[in-house]
Amino acid sequence: MGNDRFPVTRLSAIVAASSANQEERTRAFEALVSAYWMPVYKYVRIKWNKPSEDARDLTQGFFAEAIEKNFFARFDPSKAKFRTFLRTCLDGFVANENKAASRIKRGGDATILSLDFDGAEEQLRIAAPPAAGAIDEYFEKEWARRVFSLALEGFRAQMLGAGKETHLQLFERYVLDAEDDAPKTSYKALAAEFDLSTTNVTNYLALARREFRRIVLEKLRELTATDEEFRREARALLGVDPQ
Amino acid sequence: MRWLSDNAVERLREEADLPDLGGSKYLVLHKLGSGGMGTVYLAQDVDLGRKVAVKVMNVADSAGALASRMMREARIVALLEHPSIVPIHDVGALDDGRVFYAMKLVQGKRLDQSAGGAASLYDMLRIFQKVCEAVAFAHTRGVIHRDLKPENIMVGPFGEVLVMDWGVAKVLSAGRAEAALTSGDASAELSAIEDADLIETLPLAAGSPGDTSGGTIIGTPAYMPPEQARGQTELLDERSDVYALGAILYFLLTGRPPYESGRDAGEQAGSRRPVRPRQTDPKIPRAIEAICLKAMSESCEDRYASAAGMAADVVRFLDGDPVSAYRENIFEKAGRWLRKNRFLVLLILAYLIMRLIVFFSVGR
Repeated sequence: MGNDRFPVTRLSAIVAASSANQEERTRAFEALVSAYWMPVYKYVRIKWNKPSEDARDLTQGFFAEAIEKNFFARFDPSKAKFRTFLRTCLDGFVANENKAASRIKRGGDATILSLDFDGAEEQLRIAAPPAAGAIDEYFEKEWARRVFSLALEGFRAQMLGAGKETHLQLFERYVLDAEDDAPKTSYKALAAEFDLSTTNVTNYLALARREFRRIVLEKLRELTATDEEFRREARALLGVDPQ
Repeated sequence: MRWLSDNAVERLREEADLPDLGGSKYLVLHKLGSGGMGTVYLAQDVDLGRKVAVKVMNVADSAGALASRMMREARIVALLEHPSIVPIHDVGALDDGRVFYAMKLVQGKRLDQSAGGAASLYDMLRIFQKVCEAVAFAHTRGVIHRDLKPENIMVGPFGEVLVMDWGVAKVLSAGRAEAALTSGDASAELSAIEDADLIETLPLAAGSPGDTSGGTIIGTPAYMPPEQARGQTELLDERSDVYALGAILYFLLTGRPPYESGRDAGEQAGSRRPVRPRQTDPKIPRAIEAICLKAMSESCEDRYASAAGMAADVVRFLDGDPVSAYRENIFEKAGRWLRKNRFLVLLILAYLIMRLIVFFSVGR
């Protein structure tokens, strides 16, 4: 038994982004882009008040430049959170692009990943816009949403791969399918719905919960540079002090 | 990829945050609430097929001071077998290093949530009497609570009362407590607890005036006695709990704690008297106000010597008898006597009226 509440099983993508190994670097950038493109896109749309087309180009351009110039390698975890660093870089990038008015050439041509901008637009349409002056909180919230989305995707793949489809369905039914203001479905109701005993529902959910938690923490580990930052983020995201 | 609403993110966050009790016989169902030291979850005891409440320490330091304090709380509560003190079933540590204990699941409302509303003064005082009796029982075992407040008292649907959260309780004297117990190994157990009482700090719960503070001042400013507010922990004894009981009674009478704001409350408790309850509500009986203010006397000497003494005064008030805390004038004595004997008085009055009617009827 140790004092470490969190498993450290996955290499930090931030660290790997400055690796000498090209393949490792590429994988790291993919992980970072995957986690950050959506918050970045929404941030550019809202903070910089950019139309959708411009925000798409700027998002692509920003990540293209990050890869090309490898500026994630400049991140110093002792000074700030990676998110804060990334946002500072992003603001600088957009400001420069505005001045140079050259964004179409630099961003528009640089399609580094297939990003679902239409999906992001749909989310912007559905969700309430952030309050004036709350853009920092908005970016944090969108980042958390993205981390949980990615973790959920990984969790689905993991459970289906392990033949635990019922666990997955139970978890999603219990956690995600309820109406926003409605209480969670009772274990008894779930047992009737899935033709299981209440004890099995309890056990299946316990296992699913454990697996989901493991994947969330793995994702966080991947998106932080140091153990200290990882713990800080885990504390912020999960609400419990790991120290 | 499915879009997650704010609510869905919050639910996922809650699920990921639930502790993994995989190595134990408990399966966590959902979170019930959290405090400065730990978070309480509803859990299923797989072996016995019953629901329990599991309190898990917020931080992982199984070898550290916080874990010691939690283990100590569990041991203290285990010593206090009383219907109004929640029994602990089990203590253990999670794989991640956090200590937990399982206790009886208490269903009901916290006193601060259940007070007021339709409850009469009589009902509230009956509840308060049970609180005093539970605390008095702990005192006979040499244990003082040190953080009594309405938030730490649960009231069940059948009027049962439970005093919770003994996390900062203090064992006054192992020898004294041992004398009150019958088990053979009580001495070693109590000595261990008493030694552990040297740990005086707790992690802070963020926020409200009701939160238990950490650092050298232990307890909740809005309800703590002056000596506790001044950090003079060596002066704390049963009368410190009596002060907090007085503050709880104050809350029941007026609907608010004696000192309002969080940080100022400690300073206020350390330096001045609260507003008299009757200034808030003149209908509050003078005798019960006197009980409240006597318990909240700045000097320990002026308070009730024990929670049992305070409970006895509350019972006397409920029974319509004179209370030790208040000297009545002749009119108040007469009024109380009339209220206590109202049926006898009514019968005598009815008899006299009948005699008068008969007298005048015969006279004609």
